[in-house]
Amino acid sequence: MRISATIARPPAPVAVRMRRLVSLALVHAVLISGAVFMLLPFVFMLTSAIKPPGEIFEATFRLWPRQFYGWQNFDSALNTAPLLRFLFNGLVVCGGILVVQLLVAIPCAYALAKLSFPGRPILFSLVLLGLCIPVQAPSLPLYIAFAELGILNTYLSMMLPFFLSVFAIFLFRQFFKSYPDEIIQAARLDGVGEFEIVWRIVVPSAWPAIAAFSIFSVVAHWNDLYWPLIVVSDTKLATPPLGMMYFADSELGSNYGALAAGATIITAPLVVAFLIARRHFIAGITMTGIK
Amino acid sequence: MAGLTLRGIGKTFGDTAVLNNIDLDIADGEFLTLVGPSGCGKSTLLRIIAGLESQDRGSVSIGGTSVDHMRPHERRIAMVFQNYALYPHMSVFDNIALPLTMTRLSLFERLPLMRHLSLRRRRVMDEIAREVRVVAEQLRIETFFHRRPGQLSGGQRQRVALGRAMVRHPQAFLMDEPLSNLDAKLRVHMRGELTELHARLGATMVYVTHDQIEAMTMSDRLAVMDHGEILQLGTPADVYELPATIAVAQFIGSPAINLFPARVGSGGQIELLGRTLPIDVRNAPAPELTIGVRPEAMRIGGGPCTITCRLRRRENLGSESILHFDLVASPEVPVLCRIDNGMPIPEGEVTLAFEPRDCHVFDNNGRRIEVESRNAASRDVRRASEVR
Ligand SMILES: Nc1ncnc2c1ncn2[C@@H]1O[C@H](COP(=O)(O)OP(=O)(O)OP(=O)(O)O)[C@@H](O)[C@H]1O
Ligand SMILES: [Mg+2]
Repeated sequence: MRISATIARPPAPVAVRMRRLVSLALVHAVLISGAVFMLLPFVFMLTSAIKPPGEIFEATFRLWPRQFYGWQNFDSALNTAPLLRFLFNGLVVCGGILVVQLLVAIPCAYALAKLSFPGRPILFSLVLLGLCIPVQAPSLPLYIAFAELGILNTYLSMMLPFFLSVFAIFLFRQFFKSYPDEIIQAARLDGVGEFEIVWRIVVPSAWPAIAAFSIFSVVAHWNDLYWPLIVVSDTKLATPPLGMMYFADSELGSNYGALAAGATIITAPLVVAFLIARRHFIAGITMTGIK
Repeated sequence: MAGLTLRGIGKTFGDTAVLNNIDLDIADGEFLTLVGPSGCGKSTLLRIIAGLESQDRGSVSIGGTSVDHMRPHERRIAMVFQNYALYPHMSVFDNIALPLTMTRLSLFERLPLMRHLSLRRRRVMDEIAREVRVVAEQLRIETFFHRRPGQLSGGQRQRVALGRAMVRHPQAFLMDEPLSNLDAKLRVHMRGELTELHARLGATMVYVTHDQIEAMTMSDRLAVMDHGEILQLGTPADVYELPATIAVAQFIGSPAINLFPARVGSGGQIELLGRTLPIDVRNAPAPELTIGVRPEAMRIGGGPCTITCRLRRRENLGSESILHFDLVASPEVPVLCRIDNGMPIPEGEVTLAFEPRDCHVFDNNGRRIEVESRNAASRDVRRASEVR
């Protein structure tokens, strides 16, 4: 099969082949330089985490240090700051946000996509409008409200503003829109109620979209410094970036090796999670057409 | 099982009226087929009967009781969809069992983890499994109980969809082009199975199809729809033999009926292309008429009713041929004739003949005109023999 295909195809003229090769090389050169540019800070962080203090700012950059100093850096990072505590906080906050976001957004998205009721177009335009408002805009009223309620310095205060994600509603609505109406109608005839249609019939087909959204959500909230900084002043509740900030300021201000080791530790869970969910993530993105 | 009654059903989407004043009585155990051109509202009518769509006007009763206020599953009606609409993430068994688990288990017993706490659930599930197996044996699908719908062929999926409909013992089955996604051979096979199933269950069925043969062979009665109205309702033989309008005549029968413009001649007889046919049409409301003659009623040769045509091409169907002619008098009018192979194929100008009793006469509004009692009587005799 393959042989016949190669034989059957007439050989392209040399000039055409050369041009094809050059353009291919050019495209890859651009893409590779872009990738290197993006990866460089990350590589710098990783190498710094295993270098002794003296080597980090040497004029010549080397990937592997002359003296391996990784143990010491990771040791001081883990012992000076409660890094595991920060990781745990990050897990609680991101997990809590994600679970509630999914529980709220999926039924909303289903209603917007598949149920007809008066006011649906207006509600959907509100969702689109909500996409345009940055989180920073309502932060002052939110802060005041939380202070009045006395919930500053709690996990809840870090999670509450994000429970309702218009982005999730929008994403799932687009995904559910393409779900076949006939299956939903068959379920109604079989006596499945609307809530169970959502959770038992539609959601099992929506895993790619859920995986994609989960990555977006977890990355955003794991890395968020702004909101935790506003509502939390207790180090015990700090999320990883906030914790790193305290840690950089006070104890280890100039121990860059240990700082890099700490940064490595707090980014590792995300990278690992992405690698695990990669296939679903890419399937979800290509399916919803969102980049 | 129960009969269905529709009274004055109307439905409008936006500005377009999709259904106008549909009245229909479907007897208990009857097989009624809905046919009509695409977009005429057949699926909408089925969805209204099922309660998936609400009508703007009129009412639906099942077994004599109005169901207008009931939700789809409370109407106890099963529907089979064109693309099967199986639940893609569930096994064949779960697909068929779902209607039963939904009605017999409580919400608590259906929850993912909680359900293991219920003792009753086990007993109910055993009972459900037995019923599912009974249905699966009838449809011969028990061998792939644990596969997903995606791993089945079209015919197998169709049978699973039927199983899901049957397991609930519904009051009536609604089927929306259930065989149209199958290949020709499988379609013939499933047609037989559906007919047998109907006979065995004695079920009331409303069946939508685009397929002439399905419509003619499977149904007790046929409803021809167009533009949201029922043009004619009757047995397949009735509709074929006595089409009420030109639209019905054109829709039923394949290849399509030949139509010729004609008028009422001086003696009150039909004048077709300058020739007078021995058919009395004095009761026509206006002088303009349309004559319909089925291709299978045409033959080559002479007789009391003839037209002169020129052969354009021939379609060989194996045992018979469809000959495509143009009228010599007005070449834009096509004429089809169906002949057995083995007959000599004519060349050049040909005289085609038909019997007066095979003539369908329509007035200027496209409505059928009953002509000459002698012809009608002979037709009735023929019809009676065909029904048998
Ligand atoms: N949800 C809807 N909103 C607006 N218009 C609709 C809707 N559903 C159906 N229609 C319109 O109603 C008309 C009838 O549709 P329906 O599906 O009943 O046709 P059909 O007879 O089943 O056609 P087909 O043979 O192609 O399946 C069509 O013109 C269609 O565009
Ligand atoms: Mg349809």
